[in-house]
Amino acid sequence: MIQIFGYFIEELHGEYLKIVSFMPTPLIPRNQRWKVNGLSANFIADYVQIFSVYLPPASGDMNVPIPILSKNAIKYITNEILENAMKFSDAQQAIQMTFHLHGNQMIFQTIHSTNPQNTENFKKFIHTLLNEEPENLYIRQMESHAAAVDGTYSGLGLLSLICDYSAKLGWKFETFEQSPSTLITTMVSLPYSGS
Amino acid sequence: MELKTNDYHIVYHQNIATIICKGSLLLNGTLEYAPLSQLLNKAAQEEQFQLTLDVRQLDFLNSLGINTMTKFVITVRNKQTLQLRVIGQGEVPWQVKLLKNFQRLMPELAMVLE
Repeated sequence: MIQIFGYFIEELHGEYLKIVSFMPTPLIPRNQRWKVNGLSANFIADYVQIFSVYLPPASGDMNVPIPILSKNAIKYITNEILENAMKFSDAQQAIQMTFHLHGNQMIFQTIHSTNPQNTENFKKFIHTLLNEEPENLYIRQMESHAAAVDGTYSGLGLLSLICDYSAKLGWKFETFEQSPSTLITTMVSLPYSGS
Repeated sequence: MELKTNDYHIVYHQNIATIICKGSLLLNGTLEYAPLSQLLNKAAQEEQFQLTLDVRQLDFLNSLGINTMTKFVITVRNKQTLQLRVIGQGEVPWQVKLLKNFQRLMPELAMVLE
């Protein structure tokens, strides 16, 4: 069964630039694997900067440089969705990240597998996110998170992508008969014609 | 009081009532951010009038790092006894956004962009 939420492009067109796949291994403790997120986000941010130089601007004028998101912004965005994927993934499943240029949009997406409890919690958060004004929810979640004793999921990272980086978020949830796990694709779409 | 690793260096200078943050913070979980929370809260307890948080030399902060700092701002706000001043770089968009979000949570916070 497939469920789609938010702004999700099912068939990505345009230039497909990169897949980075992270294979979990029992040899490396989880806290060490966590460091891979920042390293990978750094690489992807550098990589995207290089490719953007050669992209034709929307106006058709080859001499006009395209203003793109800063390297730090891309690093933050990719690091955030990698961290979320790693935090909530099944221990023995790979996490995959891709970067596409789809028309005038930069698309970053992660795919990870997670258990039923995480799936339900995430769906509840997405439902809240899609039915409330993001800026108000962002501030409210900051206040709730400050008051919370335990580390309950606040979704503040994803909210920061929407509120601080003007990103559009979408998700695809896929379930399979032979497995209790759900495959979740998180998609972040950003315009590359402006920041 | 200070926290120092290969990735970041955070120092509470009690003589100038200032916490200076340098480097990149990409820690995993509230447990890993607990030492930073403790340093921030200790500074807030020690100071009576004003405390300055200087993030100009922070290169990167992940969302949990931002949450740790917003939690600290809310704690100081709720105390109602301490003036909080935060200094960031005006040319660094994420720092500008960070300070503006702090100010949304604590309108009386002094935001300095240099």
